[in-house]
Amino acid sequence: MLLSLAIWLPVVFGGLLLVMGRDENAGAVRWLALVAALISFLVTLPVITGFNDATAAMQFVEKANWIERFNIHYHLGVDGISMWFVPLTAFITIIVVLSAWEVIETRVHQYYGAFLILSGLMVGVFSALDGMLFYVFFEATLIPMYIIIGVWGGPRRVYAAFKFFLYTLAGSLLMLIALLYLYNKSGSFDILTWHQLPIPLSAQTLLFFAFFAAFAVKVPMWPVHTWLPDAHVEAPTAGSVVLAAIMLKLGAYGFLRFSMPIAPDAAREYAWVIVSLSLIAVIYIGLVAMVQRDMKKLVAYSSVAHMGFVTLGFFLFNELGVSGAIVQMIAHGFVSGAMFLCIGVLYDRVHSREIADYGGVVNTMPKFAAFAVLFGMANCGLPATAGFVGEWMVILGAVQFNFWIGLLAATALIFGAAYTLWMIKRVYFGAVANDNVKALTDINGREFLMLAILAAAVLWMGVYPKPFTDVMHQSVTELLKHVAVSKIQ
Amino acid sequence: MNEMNWVAAYPEILLLVLACVVALVDLFVTDPRRTPTYWLSQLSLAVVAAMHFAAMGDAPAVAMQGMMVVDPMSHLLSGVSAIALIVTLVYARPYAESRDMLKGELFTLSMLSLLGVGVMVAANNFLMIYLGLELMSLSLYALTALRRDHTVSTEAAMKYFVLGALASGFLLYGLSMMYGATGSLSIPRVFEVVAAGTPNKAVLILGVVFVVAGLGFKLGAAPFHMWVPDVYQGAPTAATLLIGGAPKLAAFGITLRLLVDGMLGLANDWQQMLLVMAVASLVVGNLAAIAQTNLKRMLAYSTIAQMGFVVLGLASGVVNGSSDFALNAYSSAMFYAITYVLTTLGSFGLVMLLSRQGFESEQISDLAGLYKRSPWYALVMAIYMFSLTGIPPTAGFYGKLAVLQAMVTTGSELYITLAVVAVMLSLIGAFYYLRVVKVMFFDEPTDRAGLTAPGDARLVMSLNGLAVLVLGIVPGGLLTLCSQALTRALTH
Repeated sequence: MLLSLAIWLPVVFGGLLLVMGRDENAGAVRWLALVAALISFLVTLPVITGFNDATAAMQFVEKANWIERFNIHYHLGVDGISMWFVPLTAFITIIVVLSAWEVIETRVHQYYGAFLILSGLMVGVFSALDGMLFYVFFEATLIPMYIIIGVWGGPRRVYAAFKFFLYTLAGSLLMLIALLYLYNKSGSFDILTWHQLPIPLSAQTLLFFAFFAAFAVKVPMWPVHTWLPDAHVEAPTAGSVVLAAIMLKLGAYGFLRFSMPIAPDAAREYAWVIVSLSLIAVIYIGLVAMVQRDMKKLVAYSSVAHMGFVTLGFFLFNELGVSGAIVQMIAHGFVSGAMFLCIGVLYDRVHSREIADYGGVVNTMPKFAAFAVLFGMANCGLPATAGFVGEWMVILGAVQFNFWIGLLAATALIFGAAYTLWMIKRVYFGAVANDNVKALTDINGREFLMLAILAAAVLWMGVYPKPFTDVMHQSVTELLKHVAVSKIQ
Repeated sequence: MNEMNWVAAYPEILLLVLACVVALVDLFVTDPRRTPTYWLSQLSLAVVAAMHFAAMGDAPAVAMQGMMVVDPMSHLLSGVSAIALIVTLVYARPYAESRDMLKGELFTLSMLSLLGVGVMVAANNFLMIYLGLELMSLSLYALTALRRDHTVSTEAAMKYFVLGALASGFLLYGLSMMYGATGSLSIPRVFEVVAAGTPNKAVLILGVVFVVAGLGFKLGAAPFHMWVPDVYQGAPTAATLLIGGAPKLAAFGITLRLLVDGMLGLANDWQQMLLVMAVASLVVGNLAAIAQTNLKRMLAYSTIAQMGFVVLGLASGVVNGSSDFALNAYSSAMFYAITYVLTTLGSFGLVMLLSRQGFESEQISDLAGLYKRSPWYALVMAIYMFSLTGIPPTAGFYGKLAVLQAMVTTGSELYITLAVVAVMLSLIGAFYYLRVVKVMFFDEPTDRAGLTAPGDARLVMSLNGLAVLVLGIVPGGLLTLCSQALTRALTH
């Protein structure tokens, strides 16, 4: 019941807002959206407290018939891999609601409605245990995001919205064929049944690459990452936050739930492909990020580089790598979300994202600059921040796997520090650059609140990551054991 | 075989009687809004639809001395067609009124075309198929020309008539060859003779080629699609909807009757043709639709592409000589056809509701900023577009899922490759459907007028949109219904 509530509460509230809301009562709409987001978050808390981390089995399982003709079930459940993403999604939704409070003035109810619905659908992706249910949630998330970018986005929003939609759809249509193939083989859409299904290597290879097409676009991995900078730049702040914090994780999660356990032999066989692409993402995209003039683009490329760490960690096939990658997913959710919020705070005041338009912001916005520097440090992986834990674990895992890969991955820390710190230096420090910066007012209570919550999360995760790693330990061990056994018969 | 069994044919007989009654009653109606005629037709159609659905569970029966076979499939297709006509008339009434088309003929002819549909999908004999087809087509030709002082409509009607007559000729010629080869016009008898393998194969195959060509015309599948864009665009939108709704189900019905009920033994031969037609339709429809600026023309090309999927389903029934997959494949195609008709009703219906006196609202750009003018109907239209694209949770997604599933289930490499080709082509389709959503949601409105349609049309439009959404969340019922309806057709 708990997971159903976590999915459908925000969807129902979102629908209510769409139907009932008017621009005349925008104030009430905002409060209702905040209450909805808070309630939706509260119902996910029992998932954390009630989670038994001594087992790798699915928990909070719900199962009911949905479409009998195709043996499709409404089947939900979480294990150590997916558990944290349920509360994380609901948590980010609260931040999203706060971030748009005074910024969005027209069609407020539709804006909040779209985000709440999107949040429910994304929880659905993380908790679906039926392949078709997963696909339905996975695809359905495209609709609200397409509308969000297209309606509330920047000047090139139409191009960005189309690119986002079509890239993602292209990948997932191939996945649909893969799901149907598995259905044909096993007679059901149950993901856990698929995990046990013996499949010859040739079919595994095709399945692996079909899933790869869907998830690599979503993550996004080099070279299919080009939609992300466009989408990020054009999306409204909250759209970027959700995109970076949660939506990218849908793809990474797919690798763990589908590619690796369903096609383990192909996954081992072609791990070198993923590892190479990930290293390219980490190094090359890191360099690309360095030369960006647009802050949002810079953070977007930094997201691609960080997600490169995640996919690298998965395909090292050791516990440090996989756990580190999952920790990195969660940490990146907090950090990238916070980075985009900071850019949003500046953009709301100056209406520019160009680094060159800023300089010396710390002089006029000291409180804000403190937060921004903290998140910047987390983005380059400073110890005691969330960004450090995951990257460090993945690098250790990589060194275990192969020293040279570890070495290459570690260079990312240098590039990450370079582009982040250089941006911070140019935007926040130095003398006041122009009149716009001079006229800046420091963050208000609402902005302080949302940044403070995220800062607390980032520090908590950096100092005490044990709750996160404990939860996933059993599931990751089980997954690696499973992947090590050949499914060819 | 030789009894009349009137009971089984009651819905058709009643429809014929009521069509005549409507024609007569209309003579005495002076009201320019044709209120009595309108409500009488709607009531008649509702009764006919109810009779069909009530009889869904009945055992199949042969009627009219073996000319008709009334089974769950014919009831389902006729019933859905009747509902489609009801919905069409609701949308068409304000549109027709402002274009001087609201005459008694609109109602009588559309009821007669529905009778044609009913006869076709229940046909057990080649002659019945042809009779039903002509009854439907002639009514539709006249309906297309209903605005007779409008040159574009008249041209469309002429084109429709000439090409439609050509298609009927093809079909008739093919059927005559089938008759020559098998010595019978009765579909079950033809099935037996074909199964026995005695007839002259060359004549039989030639006959099948002509039959498939004729069916291709009626389905609007490439390379027999040329009439579709011109007629859809040129005809008054009310007539477009009459052509694009129920007749598609009828074409699907006779395809099943002729190819599956009659010539399943020749499946290897006609399936190859269907596969080529399907892929050609997907390519032509999706690519040509991108370039359109006229919404009706774009939807016409989209129809061609959608029919490609239906034909793919129809072509996946027999693999390596085994018809194990037939039920799955044909019922998936049927589900696709029904959900497609539901979506088409809504999308063309919205074009009609948005047009006003002297303004057709048929350019895609006429939808600009609809979201700011009538947010609810913009949302409904977006649901139709996402359904045509095949994005969950809409009915169109399960149509695609069902057909793709039928193809992948065959396990044959050819079909799996074709499934990949089909989804990649529908990705191209996503672009132009999304463009409509883009125009409605992201563009600024060029005029401020909202939707001015009367209350009943708005209500039906909302229900139509919700139906597409609800079928996307719980498609199980209709899927099962389609599968049950076809069980009989395949258990000769």
